[in-house]
Amino acid sequence: MQNISRADVEDFLFAEAELLDEWRLPEWLELFTDDAIYYVPSTDVPADSSPDKNLFYVADDRFRLSERVKRLMKRTAHAEFPHSRTRHLVSNVRIRGRNDDEMEVAAAFITYRTKDGVTDTYFGSNRYRLVAENGRLRIKEKRCLLDSEGLRTQGRVSIIL
Amino acid sequence: MNAFQRMNTALMVDEDRQIFKVSRQAFVDPDILEAERTRIFDKCWLYLGHASELAKPGDFVTRQVGGRSILFARDAKGTLRAMFNTCPHRGAQVCREKHGNAKSFQCFYHGWVFGLDGALRSQPGDASYAPDFKERSTSSMQQVSRFETYRDFCFVCFDKNAESLDSYLGAVKEYLDVIADQAEMGMTIVGGTQEYSMRANWKLLTENSIDGYHALTTHATYFDYLKATNGGLAPVPLDGAARDLGNGHAVLEYKAPWGRPVAQWVPMWGDGGKREIDRLYEGLVTRYGEERAKRIALYNRNLFVFPNLVVNDIMAVTIRTYYPQAPDFMTVSAWALAPKEETDWARKYRLFNFLEFLGPGGFATPDDVEALEQCQRGFRNATEAQWNDISKGMGKAVPAYDDELQMRAFWSNWNKHVFAAQV
Repeated sequence: MQNISRADVEDFLFAEAELLDEWRLPEWLELFTDDAIYYVPSTDVPADSSPDKNLFYVADDRFRLSERVKRLMKRTAHAEFPHSRTRHLVSNVRIRGRNDDEMEVAAAFITYRTKDGVTDTYFGSNRYRLVAENGRLRIKEKRCLLDSEGLRTQGRVSIIL
Repeated sequence: MNAFQRMNTALMVDEDRQIFKVSRQAFVDPDILEAERTRIFDKCWLYLGHASELAKPGDFVTRQVGGRSILFARDAKGTLRAMFNTCPHRGAQVCREKHGNAKSFQCFYHGWVFGLDGALRSQPGDASYAPDFKERSTSSMQQVSRFETYRDFCFVCFDKNAESLDSYLGAVKEYLDVIADQAEMGMTIVGGTQEYSMRANWKLLTENSIDGYHALTTHATYFDYLKATNGGLAPVPLDGAARDLGNGHAVLEYKAPWGRPVAQWVPMWGDGGKREIDRLYEGLVTRYGEERAKRIALYNRNLFVFPNLVVNDIMAVTIRTYYPQAPDFMTVSAWALAPKEETDWARKYRLFNFLEFLGPGGFATPDDVEALEQCQRGFRNATEAQWNDISKGMGKAVPAYDDELQMRAFWSNWNKHVFAAQV
């Protein structure tokens, strides 16, 4: 992971955001390793908390993440039918640490979701653990730390943050 | 006279013809919300928190309850205290943190310091005050006049003359017992609060929390997910009964195919999980006998305590309470409850289970939020399309878990409170 630049990481995260905004979720899922995890902790626990001991909003292993994607692509995922429109903005990208196998990345985000005349804003920091597989970056962990106090007024995390 | 003052009921009921309708004005009229504040939230027992949240002396949480700002603390002697979070001097909120541990509370405005019991300890410039100033009860933080607990569930009531919590809960107590008896060492709130909101009237969440009828359609994708999990479901069809518990309280009690951490095994938990679930079940049998063990372990409960507390003992246990901020907007707080002595394995699967269904990031709750918000949008037509129908199961001796008896129990009591002064 020593020869990967911040520009490489930014390109990867911007491409991820585009897949989410275009609702290409099955392709987005391919960005994750087979043992990946995706977490959205509740906002009154420390950033590095474990979902085994604390109540989160989302704590998916790779299987449940793939089921989340399957669900969101169905008409019967009522919260997202018809699909909301979203814009994921990614900024303040920093490589926080790296070794031969893995790198830690932090990126600030603002995500707008609009549906039925209502626009909600999600904001916070995404913490990634990235690995290289066959010469391409893959996500081993994505931990979405919301800065808001709970989900008021967003009410739900029915999209991927 | 406004439209609400001209009404003397929001219900249209004819038992013989199995008609039970609710006026949609109840979901949209600001004057009805104002009446709810004074006739329901100022009169009924309201959930404040769980004693386990304040494990040690000095532990505190601040909460919004019934429109009030409450400081809930365990004092130096270990006694639980519910206080109005306002300085007796000039009114500022004394404690501004959501939770923590303190030796005392200090109002930052003029520096008054209060003990964990709310008693005034010191104030800058005390020589300028009357000699007995500190001893006057009006110099200390005001205690909520009615604060009572049942099995570690802590409640407040802002009506000095209200009946006791014990009498108010009535038949609910037996269900809280069944839930609390899952644990040998007592139940505890797990770290992490889910705080969210919905652009919908608060009573829609009351209905939704005890609605067995919507599960298969609203939550179709959740059942798809369960079928896809490794090994699938327990061979248990959804089946059970609804009960009116009096005072507007109600419960659904039913069997369901999902795993229960205490204690219904599903194949995805594997052989190790089976041993753990069997051990938990045997423990229940030893403590309570076969019949009660079966009820605790294998039955689910959606318990509703009037007006706004839900304790769902399903694929995990959640406590949920919610308040109107406007006719079309509510805030919701939800916690996970678990046995204190639970193993790491069981705690992990409990929380994993919790999130697959419950909460605003789960596979089910977002669709509930959508349903409730769509109802609220539909109520824009309330002037012309005036009535909700909740008559399902009226003709039955024992209504099923997917009938609407429990909602009729809620609405009958709601109607009694809101219109008592106008009948």
